[in-house]
Order: sequence, then structure tokens, then C-alpha cells
Amino acid sequence: MLKYILKRLAYCVLILLGVSLIIYFLIRLMPVDFIQSKIDAINQGGATVSEETVNAMYEMYGLGDNSFSGIMKGYFNWLGALVRFDLGTSFVYGIPVVDVILEHMGISFIIALIATVFEFLIAIPLGITAATHQYKLRDYVVTVLVMIGISLPSFFFGQMLKNTLALKLGWFPASGLVDATSDYNFWGLMGQYVSHMFIPILTIVILSIGARMRMTRTNMLEVMNSDYIRTARAKGLKESKVINKHAFRNTLIPLVTSLAGLLPSLFSGAIITEQVFDLPGIGNIALDAMNRGDIPFIMGYNMFLALLSVLGVLLADLMYAVVDPRVKLE
Amino acid sequence: MEELNKNNVQSTEDTEAPLDKNVRLMSPTRMVVRRFFRSKLSILGLIMVIGLFLFSFVGPLIYTEWGETELDRSGTVEYAFAETTYTVNGVEYTVRQTIETNLTDNFLAPPSDEHILGTDDQGYDIFVRLMYGGRISLTVSFLAVFVITLFGTVLGGVAGYFGGFIDNLIMRVCDVLICLPGIPILLIISTILTASDIDAKYRIYLLMIYLTLFSWPGTARLVRGQILSLREQEYMVAAEAMGYSTSRKIFKHLVPNVMPQLIVQMSLSLGSMILYEATLSYLGLGVQAPYAAWGTMINIISTNNDILQNHWNVWVPAGVCIVIAVLGLNFVGDGLRDALDPKARR
Repeated sequence: MLKYILKRLAYCVLILLGVSLIIYFLIRLMPVDFIQSKIDAINQGGATVSEETVNAMYEMYGLGDNSFSGIMKGYFNWLGALVRFDLGTSFVYGIPVVDVILEHMGISFIIALIATVFEFLIAIPLGITAATHQYKLRDYVVTVLVMIGISLPSFFFGQMLKNTLALKLGWFPASGLVDATSDYNFWGLMGQYVSHMFIPILTIVILSIGARMRMTRTNMLEVMNSDYIRTARAKGLKESKVINKHAFRNTLIPLVTSLAGLLPSLFSGAIITEQVFDLPGIGNIALDAMNRGDIPFIMGYNMFLALLSVLGVLLADLMYAVVDPRVKLE
Repeated sequence: MEELNKNNVQSTEDTEAPLDKNVRLMSPTRMVVRRFFRSKLSILGLIMVIGLFLFSFVGPLIYTEWGETELDRSGTVEYAFAETTYTVNGVEYTVRQTIETNLTDNFLAPPSDEHILGTDDQGYDIFVRLMYGGRISLTVSFLAVFVITLFGTVLGGVAGYFGGFIDNLIMRVCDVLICLPGIPILLIISTILTASDIDAKYRIYLLMIYLTLFSWPGTARLVRGQILSLREQEYMVAAEAMGYSTSRKIFKHLVPNVMPQLIVQMSLSLGSMILYEATLSYLGLGVQAPYAAWGTMINIISTNNDILQNHWNVWVPAGVCIVIAVLGLNFVGDGLRDALDPKARR
């Protein structure tokens, strides 16, 4: 087991190397130039920047040479720093990239966590009813409703909710995380967070219920066709017991495994939802960084996402072996 | 298509025994079609998709009142009256002037006979732009899915059939590509494209081609897995014994048997491609104004709160179109999956 995990981890490092090379090249090809905009800002302030200063600045940020070998050199510099656990300093914020990520990850994580909990709480019972009433009215209604949820574009649905619940009805604030009116004590602040996060979380939950519900339904249907369910019914068990005790427990296997696959989405932030509601989560910050050419941060953020998805796959495989004793890792 | 889903051939098993005239033989394809049309949801999905296609591709030919980039210049006209009085030789003259100013184009007009869904903030007819936007959104996503399937099938097929070093190489590339974060990468690529001097109209096609470069691994893995299991089947051993050529084995025996899974995968990923395209356009990185795409038409509300709150006719129709397209494609995909799956019998 330990040998297997170590082998997989070594492989993960190789994948991440490949990923980082591709991302670094793409980022260096980006035309958004942070230094150029910085120089423009100085120029607008009335001062003039000499050619040497410009070149020195490019050199300082490590962006002097945009040829193939120059980019390779930059990549290896980045890699060398990474080995020392240094992701570099964000151009825009002027603090280490790791600190920027940590600072804004919390809010994204809380939103994603609450949304995931509700998603499971709603989707699993829906999936079970749909499966136990297969091809009946209830199955159709639930299926069609969650399908509409899957088909909604997040920006459109988010704006719809924002427009109706926040702007028209005024039940919730429309954007941001805290109203900038006064100081709040602890509970006041919590209240602010809850009311500001309600619509974003609602948006995410409605959009993501569908996939989970359909997964539950498919698994449930598969289990309901198995022999031990027939046995349980044949020995006269109550239907509720058959479903809740015998069938449901076995549908849990893929659900628990999928929990590990959720790892990336928990920490990576919902870019579009955060943009719609102007939340200071990591996704929104990353979108902003991409528009401003903050190369170290974009690089750090994308590698963070890649790391999460690599670990998510590994964790899912391990979970499978933990949950289902029939699965053996080699 | 005759060979589609061999597993379905149950009614044709006893071809030796004389058949009663009442027994109807059905080809697998016909059985699939029949099962597909038995589900009301798949019919509904098909109607939605075909309806949108007609709306987008035939609509502009019938409804020609306005063009995609044709401004309604009839806008607000302001009349000002100026009165100048001057005296010449002791006689007072008054000159009255009417000044007609064409202040604006006819923007943000409410729905009317002239503009079925009103006009947007520039003065373009929304109803007409919905049709043209549909053309782009649908074409782009079908194109992308086609290319993804082509790439995925060829590479996955090669990996699964030949195995060994090639298999290893292709699968490792897949592992790397699958770990690339989707939306951020697309954002980076689209900023790269924005700087290049490609016509705004064609940039989205290029963007989707790049998208396919990163999304074929899913299909490749599916095809590879399928081919690995099919390779061990008896009929492949038989094909080997008959001395068939490699290409015949691949294209006549393996590919048709991968088709069912591939078709389902294609129809389901069409929906997600439409969502991808719409999201990029919403972020202002896809189709650029003055050209229309559904996502681009919603883009305005991210900066303009007045339109978000008071002019629903500008942005809601485009969103509804996206939902109809994705929902319809999902229904069709689900229906196809049930119809093509020999285990799922009702």
C-alpha cells in the first residue's frame, strides 16, 4: 500500500512538471504586460522613463528575454525557486504568491464547503426517490428539474438570482462580502457573511445538484437490480428497510469515492460565480490577475489547481480501496 | 450502422429455425431508433434542438427586417426652438428656428411590432441577433465536438490497438492534459488570441480549436478502454484468423462497436461546449461586438446595472436560448444512452 502510494506520488510530480511547462509557456505568450502598464502609469504621472530603466525593470521581473531560450530560462528559474518552496512574489500585490492564495482561499473554501454539504443533502434523497419511482411521474419531474439546473449557465442564473432576490426584492445584498457601512462585532460580521453568501451558495447548489442526483439515481438503480435486494424483499422485509438499509448503503460506495474528486472544486474557487457576486474569493482574484498580467500569481494559482486535481485523482483511487474491500491496489 | 451495437441482436439469433411470418425481424439500428423515440424526453429534446437550428439558420432568411449588425438609427430626436430677435433700422425682426438633432440611435427600445424583442444598448435588434448568435454558438460547439471526437478516436484507438510504447506515450500526454485547469487556460489562450490580428469574427473558432487540443483526452481514454476490451473478443480472434488487414480490423470491426459510447459522449459534450462558449463570450473573450453570440449578449449586464434591472428583454432571451440548447442536447444524449444501452430495457 505504502509502496503504491509512493509510486503514485512520484508519478504525480512528473505530471505536474509537464503541466507547469505548458502553463508557463502559455503565460509567457500572454500579451498582457504588467510592466508596460506600470510604465504607462508612470508616464501619465508626468515623469518619463528612460530606455535603460525599462530594460532594467524587465530584467528585474525576469521577463527580459521572450525568445524560446529566454522563456526556458525563466521556467527553470521558477522551478528552482519552487524547489525551495518559493512561488515568487505577486506583481500586483507585492507579497508572496502563497500568501495571496492563502488569504483569499478561505472565503472560496467556505462557500464551496457549505454548497457541497447542501448539494449532498438535497441530491441524495432526490436520487433515491427518482430511482425507486423509476419511469413514474416523480422520476420525470425530478429528472427534468435537475436537468434544467445542469443546463443553466452559471453567469446567467447567478445574475437572474441577483436581479430578483437582491436588487428587485432587496432580501439579500447584491455583491461583496461585507457592507461598508460601519464596524461590526463578531455576530454582526457573521450575519453579514451569511447574508452575502446566501445567493452565491444557492446558485452553486442548484447548478451542481443535477450531476450528483443523477449519479445517485444510476447507482441506486444498479443496486436495486441485484440479487440481495430480491432476497431482502423475498424474506419479507419492509420496503423502507430494503431501500434505506440494504440498497442505500451500497450506493454510498461511488458517492464516497466522488467525495475525493471534489477536492479541487473545494479550494479552487468558482471563478464565474465569484465574478458575478464580486466576492473576494480566489477565483475572482485569479480572473483579475489574468487581466493584469500578474505572471507569478497566475502561475502559482494554476499550479495550485493542477496539484489539487492530481491529488484528487489519487485520493479517489485510495478511497475506492478503503470503501470497497473488493478493490485491491497494486 | 448495421453493425451498430451487436449486443442488441437478440431477435436474430435463431436464424436457422423457420420463422413464423408474424415475427418481425428488426435491425439493431431500428431497435435503437424505436427505443429512442419511445422516451418522451428524448423527443422533446430533439424538438428543442431542431427548433433552435431552424430558428438560427433559417430564421434570418425569413425575417429580414433587420440585419445582425444593422443599427436602428430612428432613435430619439430632440427638437429645440431657438428665437433670435434683432433690430434692423429700428424694425424688430424675430427669427424662429427649429433645430432637429438626431441624439441617439433607437437603443433600449421595448418590445414592439417593429422590434419583436426590442433593441439593445447599441440599437441592434435583439430578436435578429438571437438568430445570428445561435448560428455562431451552435456552429462553434458542433465543430469543437467533431474535432475532439476525431482526435480522441484516432489517438485513443491507436493507443488501445497497438499498445506498448505508443500507448504509454499517448496516455501520459493525456494525464498531463487532463490536469490542466480548464477555464484559466482558456482565459490565457484567449488573451493571446486577442492580441493577434485575427478578425474578431473568426477568433472564437480558433479558440475552440485550441479548446479541442486540451479536451480530446477524455474521448481518447473512453475509446482506448473500449478497444482494449473489444480486442479480446472472439470475433476479433476470428478476424485475425481470416487474415484481415489492420485497417479493416480497425474500421470495420472495432470502430463500429465503439460508436454507441462515442455518440452518447458527443451529444452530452455538445451541451458543455455551448456552455463553455457562452461563458467565454460572457467574460468578453469569445465572440466580440458587433457580432452576436448568446454569451456576448449577456455580457453587457456584468457592467451595466440599469440593463440588468430594468431591461430584461436585452439579456434574458439569450440566456433562455442557451438553456434550451443545452437542455435539449442533454435530453437527446440521455435518450441515446438509454436507447443504445442493451441492459437498460423497459
